[in-house]
Amino acid sequence: MGRKIILEHYNVPNLKDYEVYRSVGGYRAVEKALKSMTPDEVVQEVKRSGLRGRGGAGFPTGMKWSFIAKPEGKPRYLLCNADESEPGTFKDRYMMQYNPHFLIDGMICSAYALGCNTAYIYVRGEYKFIIKILEKAILEAKANGWLGKNILGTGYDLEIYVHTGAGAYICGEETALIESIEGKRGNPRIKPPFPAVSGLYGCPTVVNNVESLAVVSWIIQNGGDEYSKIGLGNSTGTKLISASGNIRKPGVYEIELGLSVEEFMYSDEYCGGMQHEGRDLKAVVAGGSSVPILPKELILKTASGENRLMTYESLSDGGFKTGTMLGSGGFIVYDEAACIVRNTWNFSRFYHHESCGQCSPCREGTGWLEKVLHRVEHGTGRWADIDLLVEITKKIEGNTICPFGDAASWPVASAVRHFRHEFEYHVRYPEKIKNREHFASEPMRLFMNEFVK
Amino acid sequence: MKVTIDGHTVEVEAGTTILQAARQIGGDLVPPAMCYHSKIENTGGKCRVCMVKVTAGSEKDPRPMPKLVPSCVTTVQEGMVIENITNPQVLEARKNVVELLLINHPLDCPVCDQAGECKLQDLSYEHGIVDSELVEDKRVFDMVDIGDKIKLHMNRCILCYRCVYLADQLTPERVHGVMFRGDKAEISTYISKAIDNEMSGNVIDVCPVGALTDKTFRFKSRVWFLKPMNAERDCDKCCGKATAWMFGNEIYRVTSRHTKYGEVEEFICNTCRYDKKFITDWKITGPRDFGQASVINQNNYVQQLKKVVINADKRLL
Repeated sequence: MGRKIILEHYNVPNLKDYEVYRSVGGYRAVEKALKSMTPDEVVQEVKRSGLRGRGGAGFPTGMKWSFIAKPEGKPRYLLCNADESEPGTFKDRYMMQYNPHFLIDGMICSAYALGCNTAYIYVRGEYKFIIKILEKAILEAKANGWLGKNILGTGYDLEIYVHTGAGAYICGEETALIESIEGKRGNPRIKPPFPAVSGLYGCPTVVNNVESLAVVSWIIQNGGDEYSKIGLGNSTGTKLISASGNIRKPGVYEIELGLSVEEFMYSDEYCGGMQHEGRDLKAVVAGGSSVPILPKELILKTASGENRLMTYESLSDGGFKTGTMLGSGGFIVYDEAACIVRNTWNFSRFYHHESCGQCSPCREGTGWLEKVLHRVEHGTGRWADIDLLVEITKKIEGNTICPFGDAASWPVASAVRHFRHEFEYHVRYPEKIKNREHFASEPMRLFMNEFVK
Repeated sequence: MKVTIDGHTVEVEAGTTILQAARQIGGDLVPPAMCYHSKIENTGGKCRVCMVKVTAGSEKDPRPMPKLVPSCVTTVQEGMVIENITNPQVLEARKNVVELLLINHPLDCPVCDQAGECKLQDLSYEHGIVDSELVEDKRVFDMVDIGDKIKLHMNRCILCYRCVYLADQLTPERVHGVMFRGDKAEISTYISKAIDNEMSGNVIDVCPVGALTDKTFRFKSRVWFLKPMNAERDCDKCCGKATAWMFGNEIYRVTSRHTKYGEVEEFICNTCRYDKKFITDWKITGPRDFGQASVINQNNYVQQLKKVVINADKRLL
């Protein structure tokens, strides 16, 4: 049984109400931080914990905080990135829906550490119902003196506002998120300057994922050293994983980093094995749609034969050739009946739709990728298309303003790398592809014929 | 600050971008720029053709930068070493970006008014490959009129955002911007409004491709048949310094003066641009010099004249 931090009290009914949250020990971290610690001590505590950003890149949170510029006469801002739009990731929604106070708790501690008097929670447009929950929680916190002017009589002021996105994936990129809050078109900015120097309204800004901010309250309450004991190596603490796909028990799980992938997939505590009896595992996307897809033999064992663990290091072992990334923790499992080409096309369609259109390689390249994959998937592909796909990904990768271009090209490049035979099958037997005969199971084929065609 | 670009060292002020430093050296090693325009704020970093390799970040920290950087927005550091045309990776990336820019470009140069002074045309001749691997249809938009003098041909647009930022600079509120996203993104004005400004015609001049064209000049002549002349007049709205494009004694069109990097020297007003098309309106001060490489100057009499004079001198001696 892994240790639970974020999901510790999830079986308490009505946890999203203030009284219930308070009765399980809520807001004690704020009390501790504001009354007995200086902001620097809070930052040091987070640094000691070894907490790494949970949004995808895995940058150490404490280090990020220590980069923030502190010029005189300029306000600083804390932004909570709740624009969780990565296909396959739904952990933040679950947390905000059932335990909004936990996030606000962590945000007050973080804002205090950074010296921010205004904080924003940027919620994606599709999560409209979450906004009501968060706003209610903020009102409750304010009514009980955890927000507003002179919190707990310490002279520290903080306001938290909820801001809605309009449904753009790109606004999860931190600078695009800042632009969006400023009321502009959500285009990523060119870095440098980094947000820590010039972010929202030209002021120093820190943007953190929901999970990273929320867990700060636990770190303050129990100490950074305690947190760093959980986990393995540089991957400390626990992480929410949104498991989906062909598994018996899809859902949000909290794991201690360092758990082996095999155990996560097959143990009854977590995913509970494959969904259908007799259908073996085919591939796993380990961290949301942007990370490279891995076949069965590489996800369970690394290329050097070690057990693959759920840590930042172990998952990226082998680089892009044989490794992947922990990313945002969107764990998507495919069994033998799944068609990787169709899945890649689907991801590519998403990236084509979501590209902001600011810089040329991504704007033109994502569209091209989707067109080529559409062709291959619908039985009109040519042999040259398979290599063309790899060529296009190379043209996009690394040439764009923000990591979106990389995110759009990695899944395609890795799918061709590990599942080239499926692409070749699509080109070799176009008639079978057109009639959807390549799906292993009858029901899936019927479904595809009826609804997807 | 001392920076080295392709082996040439130059002393520049702090805060200069790599592109500006390269322009101070001049010559072949200047990266091309389509979206960056020194007279318009916030431009740059979008088209990605000016990417260069930084092989040493600075004197203090001589590590190379992991990715290619856009030279138009990256400021130089003391002791920075930059490779542009000497680095095959840079040329490869530039070729790739040009190819991607061209996949949705209609390539209708034979009927495009910009042909001959088009940045994308230059780049595709320089870097692009002849046959495209794209077999699908290109994206298509309808042509739109922005006001009664400007035609927006969205198919040709490369979304450099120059006109958007220029309109922001000229008008007090936002009337010109980008709608939708990805490859469906299009330049557009605020619903049923045009850019209502005395200087709005300058968006035509800053457009690096033929997306924004002058309706008073559309399909009148190819630019290389015209003689560009420096022209001046007393204008109370602008500097009054323009280029008059002439055929015989007729002025076919008036544009602002461009530098050799295709940037506008000084913006001119709409009156000068659209309404003053008689030779009596202007004082012609002399021929406008374009770079030797430009198709516009292919038959330029000034250069030929110089050659003739020199040859004549030699023969006389």
